[in-house]
Amino acid sequence: MSTEAVRIEGLHKRFDSNEVLRGIDLTVAEHEVICLIGASGSGKSTMLRCINLLEPIDAGRITVLGQEITAQGVDVNAIRRQIGIVFQSFNLFPHMTVMRNVTLAPVKVLKLAASDADSRARELLDRFGLADKADEFPDRLSGGQQQRVAIVRALAMQPDIMLLDEVTSALDPELVAEVLDVIRELAAGGMTMLIATHEMGFARDIASRVCFLDEGVILEDGPPQQIFNDPKEERTRRFLQRIVDAGRL
Amino acid sequence: MSSTGPERYRHQPGDPRPPDGERGSKLLSPLRAEGGKSVAIAVVSTVVFFIVLSLIVVNSPGWAEVKLAFFSRSQFKVSFPEIARAFLVNVKLFLISEVLILAFALVIAVMRSLPGPVFFPIRMLAVIYTDLFRGIPTILVIYLLGFGVPALGIEGIPNSRFFWGVVSLVLVYSAYVAEVYRAGIESVHGSQIAAARSLGLSRGQSMRFVILPQAVRRVIPPLLNDFIGLQKDTVLVSLIGLVEAFRTAGIDSAATFNFTPYVALAVVYVVITVPMTRFVDALVAKDRRRRQAGNAL
Repeated sequence: MSTEAVRIEGLHKRFDSNEVLRGIDLTVAEHEVICLIGASGSGKSTMLRCINLLEPIDAGRITVLGQEITAQGVDVNAIRRQIGIVFQSFNLFPHMTVMRNVTLAPVKVLKLAASDADSRARELLDRFGLADKADEFPDRLSGGQQQRVAIVRALAMQPDIMLLDEVTSALDPELVAEVLDVIRELAAGGMTMLIATHEMGFARDIASRVCFLDEGVILEDGPPQQIFNDPKEERTRRFLQRIVDAGRL
Repeated sequence: MSSTGPERYRHQPGDPRPPDGERGSKLLSPLRAEGGKSVAIAVVSTVVFFIVLSLIVVNSPGWAEVKLAFFSRSQFKVSFPEIARAFLVNVKLFLISEVLILAFALVIAVMRSLPGPVFFPIRMLAVIYTDLFRGIPTILVIYLLGFGVPALGIEGIPNSRFFWGVVSLVLVYSAYVAEVYRAGIESVHGSQIAAARSLGLSRGQSMRFVILPQAVRRVIPPLLNDFIGLQKDTVLVSLIGLVEAFRTAGIDSAATFNFTPYVALAVVYVVITVPMTRFVDALVAKDRRRRQAGNAL
């Protein structure tokens, strides 16, 4: 019996007249890895940004580890400490070294002593093969290295849940694998994750469940074998066919 | 990578900042490209040109009077040390004002960037302030504060001219500098704020550790331009009776009916501002190259 990590009920989100999320319902158990697939504009990124409260929602309810985070008057910063997010465009702080990028939030938000934050950061950097990059600035790193640093930066806050928003989409193809390996390691370690991705092979390998988003709703939700081999919905089938035709699956 | 730089400004008459556009010196680079022969031709042509020009000037009717009134060697020798000493007052005005402006303008800029309906009055205050003091000529502010406020005779209000000079310059220049800061703040991409907030940093912490350090770095060249303007505007404080370099030159000039003291002050300014302007231009050019290189990645 696993405990519930995230519960999303009737989530709606619009940008002006454009309704991006039209009623999302999803429950994620602890240690589950959920892959969100679907065309660009189907609402994957918006959904992740809503879970991290980076976007105010228009209707619905999101509960994380038993606490309703969309309720009035919750401590937004406290909730964000439990939820790490990694973005497509890395968003490292360009004026800080890798080390400072990773230790800033632990020191300022968790109030860790600088030496504790430092040793924790070194441990993480070491684990993901970035030990020698600690004193570099982000613009001296490759895209893959930058994205790994961004993942380490999120992990340094010891989140309970990680949200990954198309983290390999801005990378050159030869750099994708090193980032996916990091995510595989996180999954093996039992991290609860929601992953928006276009890497279908990866999703099939790693996901405990795959959700196909289409026009702002989860059209189909199931184990990867079922979604990829025997999709129930016609639109899921057509989406996957396009991926196959493009040689990406 | 974001390529949005600080907001570009439109040049207006009286604006101390130079016009936008290509500002690196292009005087020498064509020569360097063409090699030894063209350098030799340029040297000869320059020498001949200036000899001819000075012969024409020196032999013009009235040159003797001009030389006596503006370039009197003996007057220069007498006035220059006095003016240079008095210039220290301008330097003091400038340094004190600059420190206060950097701090005060940052407060205004941050006030103007506060989000949400609660802070509307604060934002409005910042907007009114910047509009007002960018709209009023500096000399008017100096007159109003320097003559007007001490004339009230209210106890506890200082009547030092130096004090009111600094206050006026800080009020006027902070309005400009606040806008420069604001352009810098707005040039930092929204994804940086998202990244900072997603790590649990508060709005204030994101501003302090993530946004402002990047913003300030980007606006250093326009800030320096404003400070060159400020250096020049310190002479305006002489008009409420503060004895500084311009006033000293005026006193000297009135005593002898000779304009050489003003020329001496001009020399002091040229020696200081021209290298600074060149330095800023070099910074701007370096910044542009760095940004282009960044975009190419």
